[in-house]
Amino acid sequence: MSDMAIRIGAGDSPEQAAVGPRPRSHRAGTALTAQALVAPAAMLMLIILLGPLAGVLALSFTDYQLGAPSFSWIGLANYREMFADKVFWISLRNTLTYVVIVVPGSVALGLGIALLIQSGSSLRSWYRTIYFLPVMATLIAMAIVWEFMLHPQFGLINGLLRSFGMQGHSWLQDRNTALYSLCAIGIWQAVGFNMVLFLAGLVSIPKPLYDAAEIDGASGAWSRFRLVTWPMLGPVTAFVVVISSIRSFQVFDTVQVLTKGGPSKSSEVLIYTMYTEGFEFFRSGYGAALTVVFLVFVLALTLLKARLNRGVHYA
Amino acid sequence: MTRRLPVWTVTRHAVLIAGALVILMPFIWMISTASKPQTEIFSSHLHLIPEHFALWDNLRAAFAKADLWRFLLNGLIVTVSVFTLQLLVALPAAYALAKLRFLGRDTLFALVVFCILIPPQATAIPVFLLLHKLGLLDSYAALILPFSISVFGIFLMRQFFKTVPDDLIDAARMDGISEFGIVWRVMLPTAIPAVTAFGIFSVVAHWNDYFWPLIVLNSEYLRTPPLGVANFRNNEAGTDYGPLMAAAMVVIAPLVIAFLLAQRRFIEGITMTGIK
Repeated sequence: MSDMAIRIGAGDSPEQAAVGPRPRSHRAGTALTAQALVAPAAMLMLIILLGPLAGVLALSFTDYQLGAPSFSWIGLANYREMFADKVFWISLRNTLTYVVIVVPGSVALGLGIALLIQSGSSLRSWYRTIYFLPVMATLIAMAIVWEFMLHPQFGLINGLLRSFGMQGHSWLQDRNTALYSLCAIGIWQAVGFNMVLFLAGLVSIPKPLYDAAEIDGASGAWSRFRLVTWPMLGPVTAFVVVISSIRSFQVFDTVQVLTKGGPSKSSEVLIYTMYTEGFEFFRSGYGAALTVVFLVFVLALTLLKARLNRGVHYA
Repeated sequence: MTRRLPVWTVTRHAVLIAGALVILMPFIWMISTASKPQTEIFSSHLHLIPEHFALWDNLRAAFAKADLWRFLLNGLIVTVSVFTLQLLVALPAAYALAKLRFLGRDTLFALVVFCILIPPQATAIPVFLLLHKLGLLDSYAALILPFSISVFGIFLMRQFFKTVPDDLIDAARMDGISEFGIVWRVMLPTAIPAVTAFGIFSVVAHWNDYFWPLIVLNSEYLRTPPLGVANFRNNEAGTDYGPLMAAAMVVIAPLVIAFLLAQRRFIEGITMTGIK
């Protein structure tokens, strides 16, 4: 199922394209046709992806503002301003906090649920469907539902707390809890995705391994997990961790609609800062510099993923 | 496998059901709130089942306050156009990359693989400036054109096409079908499963996307479903949760229903996002 996702990036040899030898004229014709077939894709790739990627780097060295008649190269001034800005550091720290909470949370829960689902045979597809539902549902709409659930007075969460005799809380309005509330929503949304990747990994573990472990005396569920499942899942786990990290780094929707980075910047995250600078204040140059910082983190994670992919061989 | 103790079976279901309740809670609460009249929503005693069933009133109010039909239609227009363009661009390129020999093929494929690594937010500012220069901001074009190429789609289809036997293509050539014709009349039909998975991936991603429409749109009549419901919430915050929850229900309904009807395909399609 997810083998497509997992195998991607694994080295595959383009030489395998077996086009047999053909008469010369035919081949020249085919080459021309081939170039015509790839031309639209190549052009769009240049205009929409590679050009803008180079553009964002170039912009980050300018003071360009949307609508300004001119701009000038200002070298590293945007970066200097950024590194001197308290908001940038708060934003970076919040993003890392978000990643450090959501990744282990959603990976551990995803693994736990996958193991539980796989450990029996009844209701498997029911559970899988339910846990996957948040991945499907439009996050913005569900974020608005969460906001109402976290409503200080009429929300479900505080209502439940009160019925257990506990104090309610202004989750999203309190600077001490806003970011963590967003983390909870993030975990809720990501668990099903990770679960599905783990399920694919679990299915691919060869059954005889468990039988062999049993013959060797590993009869308990825990020893089976420790001796067979966990080592066999190692590569998948690493892969899921990296993917979750990349996705968590991109957190934006819930922040924009629920907290606007507040209260007092307590839930400000990188992409949200980039959005406000680049698209609300139209400081394109400075926004580009923020984008470059974001890119550095995400590309580092992606390279890590590519490296991990090489070791993954199950389907 | 070993025989399971009933204790374990019971524990398994107990834990999974408890977890499922947490996962489903927002959905349940959404439906419950959307079915309550305002007086029940703003009451401090918790109850799931409304005393007066007001779902129809709330839905009617939601459709009256926001042009939900318009948003759904926009969502449909955008997702269908994006996917169609992506196919038109990706399939010929994927075929050429998989089955034809030409100068620069390996470079092009390396670029495709490289482009997969670019997160969508990274190119947002330059693409926005480009659309601004072209005078295309705040239009369907702004919502659709930046996604007309899916490098991931090219990659996926190319991997799939490599598994198609060359004999099939040679036979088509013997029959006098042009290379262009081969793409659509021979390759596309063999690739239906991959195209379906990619289609689900693409449609779900663009139906749910919030970042890009938020940046390029101003006009109300162009709003996509996520943008529409977010604006509804900004206008109604704290006052009218019944219609707001009803609107949220409407926005998630098309994909959730489609998902429930074809779960396996959806899970396949969406987990492909792993690549992003």
